[in-house]
Amino acid sequence: MAQMTMIQAITDALRTELKNDENVLVFGEDVGQNGGVFRATEGLQEEFGEERVFDTPLAESGIIGMSVGLSTQGFRAVPEIQFFGFVYEAMDAVSGQAARMRYRSGGRWHAPITIRSPFGGGVHTPELHADSLEGLMAQQPGLKVVIPSNPHDAKGLLISAIRDNDPVIFLEHMKLYRSFREEVPEEEYTEEIGKAKVKREGKDITLIAYGAMVHSALKAAEELEKEDIDAEVIDLRTVSPIDIETIVESVKKTNRAVVVQEAQRQAGIAASVVSEIQERAILHLEAPVLRVAAPDTVYPFSQAEEVWLPNYEDIVEKAKQSINF
Amino acid sequence: MSFKSPLEGIDEKFEMIQILNEDGEMVNEDAMPDLSDDDLVELMRRMVYTRVLDQRSIALNRQGRLGFYAPTAGQEASQLGSHFALEKEDFLLPAYRDVPQLIWHGLPLYQAFLFSRGHFHGNQMPEDLNAVSPQIIIGAQITQAAGVALGLKRRGKKNVAITYTGDGGASQGDFYEGMNFAGAYQAPAIFVVQNNQFAISVPVEKQSAAKTIAQKAAAVGVPGYLVDGMDVLAVYQVTKEARERAINGEGPTLIETMTYRYGPHTMAGDDPTRYRTDDMDDEWEKKDPLVRFRKYLEGKDLWSEDKENEVIEKAKEEIKAAIKKADGQDKQKVTDLISIMHDKLPYNLEEQMEEYKEKESK
Repeated sequence: MAQMTMIQAITDALRTELKNDENVLVFGEDVGQNGGVFRATEGLQEEFGEERVFDTPLAESGIIGMSVGLSTQGFRAVPEIQFFGFVYEAMDAVSGQAARMRYRSGGRWHAPITIRSPFGGGVHTPELHADSLEGLMAQQPGLKVVIPSNPHDAKGLLISAIRDNDPVIFLEHMKLYRSFREEVPEEEYTEEIGKAKVKREGKDITLIAYGAMVHSALKAAEELEKEDIDAEVIDLRTVSPIDIETIVESVKKTNRAVVVQEAQRQAGIAASVVSEIQERAILHLEAPVLRVAAPDTVYPFSQAEEVWLPNYEDIVEKAKQSINF
Repeated sequence: MSFKSPLEGIDEKFEMIQILNEDGEMVNEDAMPDLSDDDLVELMRRMVYTRVLDQRSIALNRQGRLGFYAPTAGQEASQLGSHFALEKEDFLLPAYRDVPQLIWHGLPLYQAFLFSRGHFHGNQMPEDLNAVSPQIIIGAQITQAAGVALGLKRRGKKNVAITYTGDGGASQGDFYEGMNFAGAYQAPAIFVVQNNQFAISVPVEKQSAAKTIAQKAAAVGVPGYLVDGMDVLAVYQVTKEARERAINGEGPTLIETMTYRYGPHTMAGDDPTRYRTDDMDDEWEKKDPLVRFRKYLEGKDLWSEDKENEVIEKAKEEIKAAIKKADGQDKQKVTDLISIMHDKLPYNLEEQMEEYKEKESK
């Protein structure tokens, strides 16, 4: 075991799979020599050579299109989109092409591509660097969308993603990159994609979150405890497909739920979780399932971020609203 | 003073390569490909066969027996001349009008008809066929071709990735990105732009200030060749040389073939009389690739009316049999579709699989 930040755990997962499978290729803008703008690929080109870890021209559509082409030659591409806001440049390559590779070939070809990308607010980045676009990805059939909330899960989930035979969008919240360290096994291990994790057990209300919001939910649970409200916290870890079993099991126990997302409220992951809960467990509910989300505006870069972003106080408020319903 | 424009003299650098002129006369003996008489006859056979396939496909479409279809007549030399320069193991990334190359690369005809009907079996390339199904999004195949080519290079294979698009495709960002990536990695790719003069209705002069599409390659350090796309020998030879350079590690090539589609953009209601004149059609039909090559072969005593009729009859028979086979294919089900979405089904699709099994068993 070693103490690792999430960025170190990510590098460790990449190194593990580059070692394990010679078909794994890691590439993107500034990924080679520079080791990535967040240093996620630090030292990897030196260790594995320019044929395995390399820089690309600055063109996101080209990066993902090339990944699709490499798939046909048996490679497992692990491209980086430097900031997930740049994925708009590659929307056809991701949704129109990679996600539809099995359909477009009747199953003859598949696209074992893991698209890694930093996202998320609170770190004062420029415009289109912080946006939570997981909802766009989750709506595309053929894609899986994974969002770890801690170093341990990041390593295990990234290894699973790279080994997955279909495209996986792997989103790394920038605020979590270096915010804390935890014990991460040095050996290889996997975490199952599509499985949520109960981070805190409780009996009064279920708080469902993912990414950086897991930490806000845990902090909210601590606050609620002071008022004798015992909250259960679920970390989704994968937002497509959603682990509906774990959620429903929890809600059947607590009878109340608040779903938290950093993304704008409209048409998001939380909306999807809420409808699954009401379809599957409505008779267990004591209150409407509530959402904590950002307002339906574009992300405000550097100005008003603190207010715009959902925080633990918002979660506490919604939880109380549910309890007092 | 004013500086000399870097564009000065550019036109001479992109002169059109031709081997047979409109009358089927050899105008560039030095460039004549090294093809046997049998090869020459085979090229003609494929062009005649493909012309018949196009006529039959249009008729079948009008009868409601085909779905999506993009006519090919006029473009046979561009399509089949370039394809003839390939090896079986080369990887093909066609656009929607490039079904003939797929067929000659090994896609059974009945599957081409199923593709037209939207049946997923039409997209299932046989195991020994290195190709993806025809691309619908203009230009998306071009960045993929760069990836296939880089993969071939990394695997140490002596093969190329070849991809096709039209003049409209050369306006897409993916066109530049794909060529630029392949150039940066010196990957063995061939980009063929079949310039049939119109992107649906918008003429090539309105697409770009560039006088040729071939010159667009120069911007990314890739050689671009302009070739008479109605001259099957010229298209063959330029592609053959591009292939040789590619497998020798000399990187990608762009080939612009000057051609024309006689028919509409697709059979879904396009009316070319809205944007083309009869005079223009007549002018291009004089350049017809079949007429020209037929004259050349007849002059060498390699082709005759009897031979042509034989090919036409054989094509008609095979098309009839293939349509029958396509008709016999089980209808595509939603459950088929669900089963090919992922390697392992996620919970939502597992649930939906049960739901649709039930629906489709009724």
